[in-house]
Amino acid sequence: MAKPSYGLAEKLDRSALVEMYRQLVLLRRFEERCAQQYALQKIAGFCHLYIGQEAVAVGTEAALNPDDYVISAYREHGQILARGTPPGPVMAELFGKVTGVAQGKGGSMHLYDIPRNFYGGWGIVGAQIPLALGTAYASKYRGDKRVTVCYFGEAAVNQGAFHEALNMAALWKVPAIFICENNRYGMGTPIEVSSALTDVYKRASAYGIPGEYADGMDTLAMYDAVKKAADRARAGEGPTLLEARTYRYRGHSMSDPAVYRTREEVDDERKNDPLPKMRAWVLAKKAAKEAELVAIEEQIEKDVEESIRFAEESPWPEGIEEVYKHVYVDPIGHGEAK
Amino acid sequence: MRELTFRDALNEALDEELTRDPDTFLMGEEVGAYNGAYKVSRGLLDKHGPKRVIDSPISELGFVGLGVGAAMAGLKPIVEVMTWNFAILAMDQIVNTAAKMHYMSAGALTCPIVFRGPNGAASSLAAQHSQWFEAQYAYFPGLKVIVPGTPADAKGLLKTAIRDPDPVVFMESETMYSWKGMVPDGEYTIPIGVGDIKREGTDCTIVAWGKALKIALDGAELLAKEGINCEVVDPRTIRPLDETIIVNSVMKTGACVVLEEGWPYFNVGAQISDIVQLACFDVLDSPVIRVTGADVPMPYAKTLEALARPDETSVVAGVKTALNVRS
Repeated sequence: MAKPSYGLAEKLDRSALVEMYRQLVLLRRFEERCAQQYALQKIAGFCHLYIGQEAVAVGTEAALNPDDYVISAYREHGQILARGTPPGPVMAELFGKVTGVAQGKGGSMHLYDIPRNFYGGWGIVGAQIPLALGTAYASKYRGDKRVTVCYFGEAAVNQGAFHEALNMAALWKVPAIFICENNRYGMGTPIEVSSALTDVYKRASAYGIPGEYADGMDTLAMYDAVKKAADRARAGEGPTLLEARTYRYRGHSMSDPAVYRTREEVDDERKNDPLPKMRAWVLAKKAAKEAELVAIEEQIEKDVEESIRFAEESPWPEGIEEVYKHVYVDPIGHGEAK
Repeated sequence: MRELTFRDALNEALDEELTRDPDTFLMGEEVGAYNGAYKVSRGLLDKHGPKRVIDSPISELGFVGLGVGAAMAGLKPIVEVMTWNFAILAMDQIVNTAAKMHYMSAGALTCPIVFRGPNGAASSLAAQHSQWFEAQYAYFPGLKVIVPGTPADAKGLLKTAIRDPDPVVFMESETMYSWKGMVPDGEYTIPIGVGDIKREGTDCTIVAWGKALKIALDGAELLAKEGINCEVVDPRTIRPLDETIIVNSVMKTGACVVLEEGWPYFNVGAQISDIVQLACFDVLDSPVIRVTGADVPMPYAKTLEALARPDETSVVAGVKTALNVRS
C-alpha cells in the first residue's frame, strides 16, 4: 500500500491533533490497566482488549459528529472511550458495579452510552451489522443527517448477517460506514484459513458500493478514510465498506495466550504502533510541545487510576428487585418477579 | 359489529396503526407490491406509500435485524415474516438482540417492535412449513408472545402490540386468514396478558389458543351433546400468560385439558399443566390432560397428516379422560 497522503487530515487543527493523541494514550493505558485488574480478578467473564487497534476508533471518532450512531461488537472498550464516555463508568461496568454504564447488567461485552450515541456492545459475531443497518435506516426514514458507524472484525464478514445487511444497505442507500477492523485473526484462526478472499474491502464490489482500504495502525489515515465515507453518507450517496488493517497485540480475550502466532510477528506489528506515530506528528506539526504531551500522559495515568478507584469504591448492584428489573418496559405483572 | 375475515381484521389493525403513528412502518417479503403473501397487507402500499410499506429481500436475519436496529433508534417497526418457519433464520436477532437489549443496557435501550406472521401447520405443506413456535419464543424473558384465535382478538391485540414498548412476537395462521368472525366497529384495543373465556361451562376447563381454539370449541359442542359442559379458556397471549383466568376456571370446574396443535414435549401445555397442578391440586380429581399433535415432523400425505394432528374427537377423548368418563 502506498503511504497515505493525509489529504483531509492535513486540515485538522492543532487542538484536534492533540485530542487524538490524548485519546490514543487513554485507550492504551485503560486497556493495560484492564489486563491488570482482570489478573487481580476485579474484572470477570470474557474481556477483549483493544490494545494495538486504537488508531481505528480514534481516527474514526475525529471524523464523526456527536449525534452519529456508533455500534460495535464486544471488543469495544476503546470505542466507547473514544466516543467520549468517561473512563470511570466504563471501568465500573467492567467491575460489575452499579455506577457502570449498564449498571452492572452488561459487563465488558455490553457497554452502552445512549446520550453519546454509543449503541453497544453486542456479543454475537456479526449480529451488530443488521442493527447498524437499522439505525442507518432510521436516519434515512427521518431524513436526519446522522451517519451510523458499525465496527466488526474480519471474521464477522463470513456471517450471513454481513451479506444480508450490506445488500440492503446498498439497495436502500442508507448513511452507514461499515468498518471492518481486520486484525487478521478470528479468535485463533488466521484470515487465510477462514476466508477465500483476504482483502475484505473487495467484498464491497458484490454490493456495488465503495470498498476502501485504510492503514488501521495510522490514526490520520483512518480519519481521512472515515471522513470521506461520512461525507458521502451525509450527502445521500449511501454506505461504504472500509477495511482497516490493524493488529491486536494481546490475545483474542484475556483467556487467550495467543500461541497461534509468533513473537516475531507481534514484534513486527508493534513497529507500526499508532501512538509514537501520532506523537511524532503532533510534535512535527507543532501542535503541542514535548512538555505538554508529557503532561497529557501523566494526566491520563491519573485519570485511569481514578477510574479504578471509582470502580473499586462503587457499590455492587443488589437485591432480587434489581435482578428482575429491566426485563420489560411494561411487564404487566404476569409471569415476572413473583 | 360486522363480520370480517381474520385477514381483513389484521389489515384494519395495520392500516389504522400506520395512519395513527408516522413512526410505524411495515417491512417484509412481498408485503408491498404483491399485497402480502397471504394478502394481509392488501392495499397498504397504495394507501401509505413505499416509505411506510417496504418490500424486503429474502433475508430474514437481515431485515429482522434492521427492524430491531430501527426500533432501538426509536421507530416502531412491524416486521412480517412470511411464516414463522422462515424466522428460524432470524431467531438470533429476536432472541439475542431484541429480547435482551433493555436488560443488558439497564433500561437505556428499548425495542418497540412487532414480529408477525403465520404459525403452525396449514394443509399438506409438509415438515418444514408445518411447525409451531409459540413455546420457543415464550421461553425467553424479554419477549411477549401473542397467539390470537378470533378476528376480533387479532385486530385488538395487533393494535396493542404495535403500541407496546417491548418486542412482541405475534402469531397468525395461514388457514385462519379466511375464517370469519364478528369484529367491533371503530377503535378498540385489547390488553396483552389478559385471557378470555370463549365458552362458559362447569364440568371441565379446556385451555386453547390460536387455531386450536376452534378445535376446542367444536369438541366442547360434541361433549355438550353428551351432557358434558366444558369451559373454554383462551389465554390469547402466551407470555405474559393470564394464569389467573386459567386457575380460576379450573378451581370452578375441577378438571383441566390443555389443547395444543404443536408437539407434546416441552410445549406451552407443559407450563400450563405445571401452573394448574401447583395452584389447583386440591380440586383436581385427575391429572391435567394434554392433547397435542403427534411427536413427529409433519408428513405430507393428507391421510398421515390427519393422524398427526389433534381434532375435536381428540378433545372429546381428552376431556373424558380428565373426567374419568368411559367413552
